[in-house]
Amino acid sequence: MRLTEENGGGLGGLLTRDVRAVTAGASVLADALGEQAVPVEAVDWRPPSGPGDADDLARDLAVVMGDRRRTEADAQAVRRMLGARPHLVDVRPAHEVLDIERGAFLHAGPPLTWDRASGPMRGALIGAALLEDLAATPEDAERVLRTAPLDPCHHHRAVGPMAGVVSPSMWMFVVEDAESGGTAYCSLNEGLGKVLRYGAYGPEVIERLRWMAGSLGPALRDAVRAHGPVDLRAIMAQALHMGDELHNRNRAATSLFVRELAGDLAEATGGAEALRFAAGNDHFFLNLAMASGKLSADAARDLPGSSLVVAMARNGTDFGVQVSGTGDRWFTGPAGVPDGLYLGSYGPADANPDIGDSTITETTGVGGFAMAAAPAIVRFIGGEVPDALAATQRMYEITFAEHPAFQVPILDFRGTPVGIDVTKVVRTGVRPVVNTGIAGRVAGTGQVGAGLVSPPAEVFTQALHALAEQATIGS
Amino acid sequence: MSGRDRGNGRGILVTEHKELIEVRPGAYHDSVTLMRAGRRVAERPGVTAAMTAMATAVNLDLLADMGFTPPHDARPDDLVVAIRADDAAALETARAALDELLAARSETPLAFGAPPPARTTGSAARRIDATVALVSVPGPYAFAEAMDALDAGLNVMVFSDNVPVEHELELKETAARRGLLVMGPDCGTAVIGGVGLGFANAVRPGRIGLVAASGTGAQQVMSLLEEAGAGVSHVLGVGGRDLSAEISGRSTLQALRALDADPATELIVVVSKPPAREVGDLIRSAARRLATPVRFGLLGEGGEDLTTVVEDALGAVGVPVPSWPSWPPSRRVHPPRRGPLRGLFAGGTLCEEAAIIAGSTPHEMTDFGDDRYTRGRAHPMIDPTLRLERLAADTTGGEYAAVLIDVVLGHGAEPDPAATLVPVIQDAKVPVVVSLCGTSGDPQGRDRQAEALAAAGAAVFSSNAAATRYAVSLAEGS
Repeated sequence: MRLTEENGGGLGGLLTRDVRAVTAGASVLADALGEQAVPVEAVDWRPPSGPGDADDLARDLAVVMGDRRRTEADAQAVRRMLGARPHLVDVRPAHEVLDIERGAFLHAGPPLTWDRASGPMRGALIGAALLEDLAATPEDAERVLRTAPLDPCHHHRAVGPMAGVVSPSMWMFVVEDAESGGTAYCSLNEGLGKVLRYGAYGPEVIERLRWMAGSLGPALRDAVRAHGPVDLRAIMAQALHMGDELHNRNRAATSLFVRELAGDLAEATGGAEALRFAAGNDHFFLNLAMASGKLSADAARDLPGSSLVVAMARNGTDFGVQVSGTGDRWFTGPAGVPDGLYLGSYGPADANPDIGDSTITETTGVGGFAMAAAPAIVRFIGGEVPDALAATQRMYEITFAEHPAFQVPILDFRGTPVGIDVTKVVRTGVRPVVNTGIAGRVAGTGQVGAGLVSPPAEVFTQALHALAEQATIGS
Repeated sequence: MSGRDRGNGRGILVTEHKELIEVRPGAYHDSVTLMRAGRRVAERPGVTAAMTAMATAVNLDLLADMGFTPPHDARPDDLVVAIRADDAAALETARAALDELLAARSETPLAFGAPPPARTTGSAARRIDATVALVSVPGPYAFAEAMDALDAGLNVMVFSDNVPVEHELELKETAARRGLLVMGPDCGTAVIGGVGLGFANAVRPGRIGLVAASGTGAQQVMSLLEEAGAGVSHVLGVGGRDLSAEISGRSTLQALRALDADPATELIVVVSKPPAREVGDLIRSAARRLATPVRFGLLGEGGEDLTTVVEDALGAVGVPVPSWPSWPPSRRVHPPRRGPLRGLFAGGTLCEEAAIIAGSTPHEMTDFGDDRYTRGRAHPMIDPTLRLERLAADTTGGEYAAVLIDVVLGHGAEPDPAATLVPVIQDAKVPVVVSLCGTSGDPQGRDRQAEALAAAGAAVFSSNAAATRYAVSLAEGS
């Protein structure tokens, strides 16, 4: 048999095309190519720097990068994440759609016990216990909560902003994937000021929650049912063109959503009040962006060998991530305090560690990853416009893909960086940029600021190690 | 007096104003850049020792060997700077000079909206329609970058050494499945369509293609082919372990097929140490199935020297064998002393070839490119300091009859090797023989280098085999 080009002679045109090179390492070798007038793209390479032993890190990286399942698993995971088409199809009480008993509570972030819960998380749980009439006073509520079942929203196909506390009588957005039939849920946004998600549980908070369950929820339900499925991805794509990044700025998306439902809300019972409420809350759409993110991320779960991050979430104490190739396992580290600007006289001493499931937006290619689309808010989080552009562009270094629907106009309509790769985070030391609100550390304070935060480095090195332990190595 | 300052993110320890150890967290530079900077600082007046390196365990040991007290809290991703000087003023100017040397690479502010540099090989590959990736990161990290290149559909040359053999196997199996080529690890030389990657000589396009498991072996062959006017089509490196039983010639087989399919290549020459027996059989049987004839230049006991391999190849393509240039010393030199022949080499294959040719003549050959001498240092083709010191010692005070050295030119090699060798050769008390591996088109200019070396008193040969035979004759005649 004569060996021919078809089985190895081609080498991607190595011997027939003009040499064009990527270089990583010693600059003298890149320079030598440059002197020969060869086009060179030089990598700004640095050794991986994570907690723990450098040799172990190098070994884990090699094992995971050598996993024979990796490329196909990653490709499929990313395809699924990008292929999700979230539609808002219904609005229903949590006890009807979530597996949650009276007396049980869902919360943001990775698993948490009452003893380790931070101020705002405890405050939100107390408020939810009062809402559910499980206790008459905050003190009673604390006693109840010490033994109450607590479970992450993420374990119930749900997400919640900040404390993310969900109890059975709260109403949830029901978001479905027209393609795969997947479902995700998120609570309704309460607005700013004294609100449960920031740990407030005063009478006005409980009163608002009762109105939301008794009037807002049913009105939205009637309107959505009358309207038919609302294409959330289309709204998000437009909102990015209008200056939202869909985590800290949802003004455009909220406006588009309210406009879309306005006619049907006007005809629903309690619709006028609902319209006024939604239109008066710039963050109303955040919970829909989060449910959309959850739907997309869940579609990419459970592909053995894939290093795609499918959840980033904080409970006010820990920052946790989950990875497609490692199932439901959480990799956690201490939640950091965001670096940003504070409202009024608040300062860093008043800030709670990072909290909320809203990092599902960054997990799915918006939020901090789309900062370049939202120059209007960079000052709010203590930055300047070039910082926003740099933040988005840095994220391309740790992601698998560019989003086919979500674009950044100022970057020449480039798709947002989407699909965080654990291996790239560890290799580059570039951590995901998260754009977030800051909760006061004392229960009931509410929002004290907004800024940027990074996950702790060890969540990625832990995830890498877990991927290495179950890798399938060839030959 | 001593003080410690962590306030600006740098840990600085200054002792008696004459010694400085500074840890710069997160300031990464590649090892060649750092070694060059360290060498430049060490050469400054008033500086007695200097080292700039990433704070790896190996480098901290070297620091201790140099008499510095290594910082206890440095991490491998921290840069450590150590300078010892005669006085405080010299120390301060040395430090300023170092900052300037390292600042050359420091970040210039990006234009509004300009993307930051790529941080991984995969990211860089998305920015340019490349054909090949050249990976020279430290060995333990080479796998990730090389795999990225293969994932992006690029062929990859792995210049890095210290790459575990299981990484090499996995990379080569992956490449074979995807119809790509892995050159290396520890591959110093390749020429693709006239472009030199790594250390390579300027060679005209020709009809002979090389598959080389040996870097300086390939450079010797391509330089002689250039001298004969034959040139090369391509030189594909495969890495020194490719023909071992473990790797089983995976890249050699890919390279043979690629050259067979290449219309420019009329003859293939495989340059290697003798392969593992079953691998040799495998390669020979694959070679027989090719349409292109294959010659083997297998250096070893009983094998042919590289110059003979070249002459044989020239005969096969009908190019006359020239007389290989040599330059006799143009000044009177000391006669050989009584004693063994000393060889001080930068090229591993050239060193082996010399040892084989020297045979039973008493000799002592050292390869300064060996891992033992490159620990924490650049290859002698980039940083000649260590070998120069040895050369000065062995040509003045040693017990050797004559000293044989190689000088390897080409892209990537130091810009003017003769400049540092000339003073040492001029002071030599024994004959110095130079095996000069290079071409007239090399950036250093082979003939210019040869003339400078000969003027200093060296006998210079373009053929390593001829240089060795001459050196042996000196030793035998002493």
